[in-house]
Amino acid sequence: MNSVIQVENLGKSFGTTRALDGVDLAVRRGTVLGLLGPNGSGKTTTVRVLATLLRPDSGRARVLGHDVVAEPEAVRARIGLTGQYAAVDEALSGTDNLVLVARLLGLPRREARLRAAELIARFGLAAAAGRRVRTYSGGMRRRLDLAVSLVGRPDVLFLDEPTTGLDPRHRNEVWDEVRALAVDGTTVLLTTQYLEEAEQLADDLVVLDHGRVIAAGTPAALKAEVGGQRLHVRPLHPTDLPAVTALVAGLIPGAAPAADAAGELTVAVPDPGLLVRVADRLDAAGLPVAELGLRLPSLDDVFLTLTGRPAADASEEAA
Amino acid sequence: MTTTAVRPAAPPPVVLSRSWVPDVLRQSATLAWRGVTKTVHSTEALLDVTLQPVIFLLLFVYVFGGAIAGDTGTYLQYALPGVLVQTVVFASAGTGTGLADDLKTGIFDRFRSLPISRTAPLLGAIGADLVRYVTSGAIMLAFGFLLGFRASGGLVGVLGALGLVTVFAFALCWVFTALAMVVREPRSVQGLGALVMLPLTFGSNVFVPTATLPGWLQGFVEVNPVSKVADAARGLLTGGAVAGPTIAALLASAVLVAVFGPLAVALYRRRT
Repeated sequence: MNSVIQVENLGKSFGTTRALDGVDLAVRRGTVLGLLGPNGSGKTTTVRVLATLLRPDSGRARVLGHDVVAEPEAVRARIGLTGQYAAVDEALSGTDNLVLVARLLGLPRREARLRAAELIARFGLAAAAGRRVRTYSGGMRRRLDLAVSLVGRPDVLFLDEPTTGLDPRHRNEVWDEVRALAVDGTTVLLTTQYLEEAEQLADDLVVLDHGRVIAAGTPAALKAEVGGQRLHVRPLHPTDLPAVTALVAGLIPGAAPAADAAGELTVAVPDPGLLVRVADRLDAAGLPVAELGLRLPSLDDVFLTLTGRPAADASEEAA
Repeated sequence: MTTTAVRPAAPPPVVLSRSWVPDVLRQSATLAWRGVTKTVHSTEALLDVTLQPVIFLLLFVYVFGGAIAGDTGTYLQYALPGVLVQTVVFASAGTGTGLADDLKTGIFDRFRSLPISRTAPLLGAIGADLVRYVTSGAIMLAFGFLLGFRASGGLVGVLGALGLVTVFAFALCWVFTALAMVVREPRSVQGLGALVMLPLTFGSNVFVPTATLPGWLQGFVEVNPVSKVADAARGLLTGGAVAGPTIAALLASAVLVAVFGPLAVALYRRRT
């Protein structure tokens, strides 16, 4: 038994809303688990229960062998939490935020200063260390938030949507840091709405929808579950979309081509050889295309297959 | 299931407790340091503490002084002890706004995910605010002396008055803390706080003698604890009865703490 986090049949309701409806999951030591799902699927509620901020109505959750309800103190001593809305103090400087947490954890003043300086250097915040957090950019704030959650050298780290709202460069910085932590042996549970983020960072994935686990496994296993390659076609003229859809549907019996908002058609293909036949037919029909190709299924496709709707639609529905 | 099996080889967690001071006090002191640092670093919070009492005193003495007492010097002697009370009452309302703000931003979630006492964030916030009350009060008194206020009660009277109004502000801050736990939205806490504060401070003998008021209002002013505190501060600073109003003021403070203290803590515990 090597699970650092174990969740069994976890349930939590807010009024009539069933936020968690029997969630089971396990995280192996030193791995990154990606908790994936649209807004309102129960990701944040799961993290809040595991971080002892919220009592579950039913089920059981253990972190490092300690029950989160019965032994919250033991859990808190070993975890770090980075919230969805960077919970750092805006009116304090970066250094003061780190010193504050170090002092609260019981470090003497001098050691607290040293630990703060160490983390400031590690997260590339030296130039802004003495400035108030209010003046920080979004990326700096997230890095500081992550640094604050590491002050106590936690064995388990919860990252609740660590890159929401960050531009790609800052997102990559946070990703690198998470990878480095996992290499050092920290167990990470990460929630995200971004399929790419889950694919980049997670060893294992759990997909949540409406408070239930709808899929679990490695990213590769989930992709395999969804099936083989996908054909992508984007007509040059958006008005050609119905004609192209009909043509592709005619070539692949039983297939259900789906178009996205950008006018790109996606369909699972049983045989890669179909690509050439589709190209020939499109050419013969005089339908010019901007893009045509085969791809392995992305996690977007996984989500679509599992829930019957794209991840983006699901978020809108919940919002 | 053993926990040792999952313990990584990385350095042990840095949580130590080798101080003889109880954890909850040490943690509260650290969080109070945060509150004070926050005020010192924030221009508007600092102005609130330092400039507001000065403006109060200038406005009330020079706008109302001539009309109420005939000349500003006489009115300064009458009004300063009351404005001192008003200053700390306003400062204590800020406690509610600050707590509501902390709950909203998620910083309390961070504190709660740490292995610290659950009440430390609340005690720390109030500890920092005590520093704020004393500072505001001291600045107002110093500025009063600059304007020509004479304290016949001497240093003992000045320190006594400052101490008494701080005790009262501390008692009153539990009302605003309870309010913050119920109302949640910082701006609403501020608005509702003003609804509590304004009748309390103006419906008192802070600015005018009670005898000049209509009968029905005199009734309210007589029972208003702010009047008692103002009377006691007046007695300590400029002479007059001390014992009676001081006992009444301390009694009122004790009642406020006894009623709103447990209520605020219970609401805070439910909320967090």
